[in-house]
Amino acid sequence: MANHDIHLSVRKGTVHALVGENGAGKSTLMKILYGMQKPDEGTIAVDGEQVSFGSPADAIARGIGMVHQHFMLADNLTVLENVVLGSEKLYGIGAGARRKIKEISDRYGLGVRPDALVENLGVADRQRVEILKVLYRGARILILDEPTAVLVPQEVDALFHNLRELKSEGLSVIFISHKLGEVLSVADDITVIRRGTTVGTAVPAETTSRQLAEMMVGSELPTPETAESTVTDRPVLTVDKLRLEAEGGRAVLDDISFTIHAGEVLGIAGVEGNGQTELIEAIIGLKPADSGTITLLGEDVTAWATRRRREAGVGYIPEDRHRHGLLLEAPLWENRILGHVTERPNAKGFWLDIKGAQNDTRRIVEDYDVRTPGIDVTAASLSGGNQQKLIVGREMSHSPKFLIAAHPTRGVDVGAQAAIWDHIRDARREGLAVLLISADLDELIGLSDTLRVIYNGRLVADADPAAITPEALGSAMTGAASGHLEDTETTTDDDAGPEDEAR
Amino acid sequence: MKKFDKERVLLAVAGPVIALVAAILLTSVVLIASGKSPIEPYTLMLQQAAYSDVQVLIINQASMYYLAALAVAIGFRMNLFNIGVDGQYRLAAMVTAVVGANIALPSFLQIPLLLIVGMLTGAFWAGVAGVLKVTRGVSEVVATIMLNAIATSLIGYLTLSNVWGVQVGNNMTTGVMRKSGWFPGINLGSDVGEIYGLVFLAIAMGVLYWVVLNRTRFGFDLRATGESETAAAASGVDAKKMVLTAMLISGAVAGLSGLPLLLGDSHTYSLSFPTGLGFTGITIALLGRNNPVGIAFAALLIAFLDKASPALDYATPVAYEKEIATIMQGLIVFAVVISYEAVRQWGLRRQQKRVGAELAAAAAQNNSEKKEVAAR
Repeated sequence: MANHDIHLSVRKGTVHALVGENGAGKSTLMKILYGMQKPDEGTIAVDGEQVSFGSPADAIARGIGMVHQHFMLADNLTVLENVVLGSEKLYGIGAGARRKIKEISDRYGLGVRPDALVENLGVADRQRVEILKVLYRGARILILDEPTAVLVPQEVDALFHNLRELKSEGLSVIFISHKLGEVLSVADDITVIRRGTTVGTAVPAETTSRQLAEMMVGSELPTPETAESTVTDRPVLTVDKLRLEAEGGRAVLDDISFTIHAGEVLGIAGVEGNGQTELIEAIIGLKPADSGTITLLGEDVTAWATRRRREAGVGYIPEDRHRHGLLLEAPLWENRILGHVTERPNAKGFWLDIKGAQNDTRRIVEDYDVRTPGIDVTAASLSGGNQQKLIVGREMSHSPKFLIAAHPTRGVDVGAQAAIWDHIRDARREGLAVLLISADLDELIGLSDTLRVIYNGRLVADADPAAITPEALGSAMTGAASGHLEDTETTTDDDAGPEDEAR
Repeated sequence: MKKFDKERVLLAVAGPVIALVAAILLTSVVLIASGKSPIEPYTLMLQQAAYSDVQVLIINQASMYYLAALAVAIGFRMNLFNIGVDGQYRLAAMVTAVVGANIALPSFLQIPLLLIVGMLTGAFWAGVAGVLKVTRGVSEVVATIMLNAIATSLIGYLTLSNVWGVQVGNNMTTGVMRKSGWFPGINLGSDVGEIYGLVFLAIAMGVLYWVVLNRTRFGFDLRATGESETAAAASGVDAKKMVLTAMLISGAVAGLSGLPLLLGDSHTYSLSFPTGLGFTGITIALLGRNNPVGIAFAALLIAFLDKASPALDYATPVAYEKEIATIMQGLIVFAVVISYEAVRQWGLRRQQKRVGAELAAAAAQNNSEKKEVAAR
C-alpha cells in the first residue's frame, strides 16, 4: 500500500499545495490523479462527476494536465513543435497551432516564443513551455510537481505570478513542493501527506512553516546546532585559471580560480546553465580542461582520468542522480559498487567482493535511513529521496578528502535533508573539503563557509554567507551585481538558513 | 529478500516462454492459412529430435551458435551492436584454415596456435569497427555491416587459387589442414556420428563469460556502461577504452565460433563452409537474454529447428516445407523483442508498487507500535 485513506479536494480557481516527505506517497497520488496508476479503492470526481482514468490520455480528456519535475521536452525541436507533438489533431501543426499558442501565452502572461529552439531556452522558459503544453491540451486542472526546485527567487516570483493568472481565469492548480515558505506564499489551501495518507489540511494565513514541517514529519523538528567554522589553512583542491571550451571555441568556463581548504564548504550560486555542470565535469575529469590546472592535495591532477581522481578521494554527489549517480535497473548493492569498483569493500584486487559490497550496502541502508525492503530491489523502485540517501551514504563511506555535492538535497524531504546536511557537516569537521552547488539559496547560505557566484562561465562575485540575503545573491546570479557582495538592505529577516526554515 | 530473487527468476523465464508460445501460435496460424495441419509439423520435428544422429547434429550446430551468440551478447551487455560477427567468424575460420594448412607443429602447440589465430583475426576485424567508432564516431552497426560485405569479398579474393586457395573439383578450398591441428571429437559410432571436441570450448567460454561479467571489476564496468553510459562515465569508466575492449573481445569470441566445425570436421575452409552463424547468433543472444544458460537453451532450440526441419520435406503422406522452421525463427525474434520489453516494464512497475507497499506496511506497523508505547 503506497496510499490509503487519501482525502483531497481542490476548489475551482485556487492553488492547492500538497506537501509531504519523500516517499510519503505524493508521487503515487499524482500518478493516480493523472491516470498513470489505478487506485485499488476510492473514487475521484472532477466537477462533481465521478471519473475513472485508464491512462494519462483519459486524464487529459477530463482536463487534468501534469507538469513533470523533469521536463519532457525535445531539445532539438522548437517550442511550437514541442507543444504540438502528440496533439497534432487539436489545432494542426501550422498557423492554427501557432495562433493558439500565442493566444494562451498572452492570456496567461507566459511570454512563450513559438519558434525558439528549446535547447536555447533557460530552465524557467522551459517550464513555461511545459505549462503551455498542458494548457494547449485543454487542461483546467494543472498538477505541478516541484516546479520551483530549479528556479532562482526572481523566477519563482514570476512563476507565482503566472499561477495567479491561471487561477484568476478559473483554473485550479495542484502544487507539490518541499519549500514550505513558497507553499505558504502561493497556496490557498494546503494538504499534508504523511506515510501514504492525508494527515491534515491547513490555511496558509493561520500556519507557520514550522507547524507545517512538524505536520509532515509527525513530530517536533530537531533544532540543528549553529555551525561553527571548521576552515583550516590546508588547501585540498585548488583550481587555477581553468578554461573549458565548447565546440567552436566558445568558452563555457573561463578564468575559474578558487581554493577549497580542509574543513571548508565552498558554495557556488548561479542560475542553472551558467557553467556549473561543466565545472563539475572538469573537476571530476569527464571533460578535459582546455587550459588551467586542477590540484588535489598538492598533486596536479589536471591530466588524470576520472577513476584515478575518484580513487584519490574525490566523492561525487551528482546533480542528476538518474543520469550520473545510479544504475536504475540494477539492485541497490550494485549501485553501492558504482563509482568505487576498485575500492574496498567492493573489490579484492581484480575480483568483485560481492559479499563485502552487500554487507556494506546493508550498513548504508541502516545508517542513512534508506527506506527499502531490501538491498536486492532495483534503484528505480526507491523514491527520489531514498535514492539520494543511498548516494550520499555511498560517497561518504569512502571517507573522501574532497566532495562535489551538486544539489545534495534536491527532491529530498525535510527529515532526510537535515540528515544529509548533518553528514556533510560532520565530515567537514573532520577535514572534508566540499564544493557545494545548489539552486536552493537557503541551503547554500546555511551550509557554506565561502560563497562564489557563477555567471556565464565566470566566477563574478563572492560573498560572506553570514552577511548575505537570498535576494542579494539572486541579483548577482542574474549578472546584475559583481565583485564582493555586501548586503545593502538593512532588514534583519535573513536568519532563514537551513538552521531555521524547514523545507 | 528471497521473494525478490524468486520474482527475478520468474520474470527472466516469463519473457522467453511467452515469446516461444506466441511464435508457435503464429506459426500455426501461418500453417492453417496455407491449408496445412497446424500440429503435425511440430510432432514430426520432435520425432526427429529423438534420433541420436540428429541429436549429434544439433549439439554440434549449437556449439557454433553458442559461441557466435556469446560474441553478440558481449556487445549487447554494453549496448554495442556487433552485427559483424558473421564477417568476423568467416574471415577468422578462413585465416585459421590457411595457417593450419601451412604450419605444422605438434598438436599441443598447433591447436592453441589455431585458436589464437582465429581469435586474433576475429578481434582484428571487429577492432576495425571499434577504432572507427572511438576515433571517428562511426556507428558500429553501420561499420560492422559493411565489414561483413568486405569480408565476403576479401575471402573470395584470398581463396583464389593464385593466392591461398586450392581448387578441389569445382569447390574452392584452402587446402586440407595438417592433422596435428585436427581436434579430436567423441565418436559415437559410424551411424551416429561424432560430437566436436570444441563443444567443450563453447561450454568453457560460457562459464568464462559469466565469471568475467559478474565477478570481475572489468565485467562490472562493462555492464555499468551498458545500463547507463553517463553513470558509468561518472563512475570512472573510460568509455572509449571500454568500447574498443568490448569490440575486441566480442570479435575474438566470434573468431572462435567457426572453429568447432573447422577443427573437428571440415578441416578446410571452402565455399560450402556455413554462412549466417553471426546473424542467427543475434537471434540466440536476444532469446537467451544475454545470459549464458539462456543462450545455451536458445542455441539448442535454434539448432533443433535447423536440424529437425529438413525431415519435413520428406514427410509422408503430406510433405511440409522446411521453411516453416525459418518462419518460426523469424517470428521468435519478433515475439522475443516485444515480450521482453513488455515483461521488463511490467516487472519494474510491479516492483515499484511492491516496494511502496512493503514500506507502507512497515510504517503502519511502526505507527501502531508507537501508539502502544504512548498509551502505556
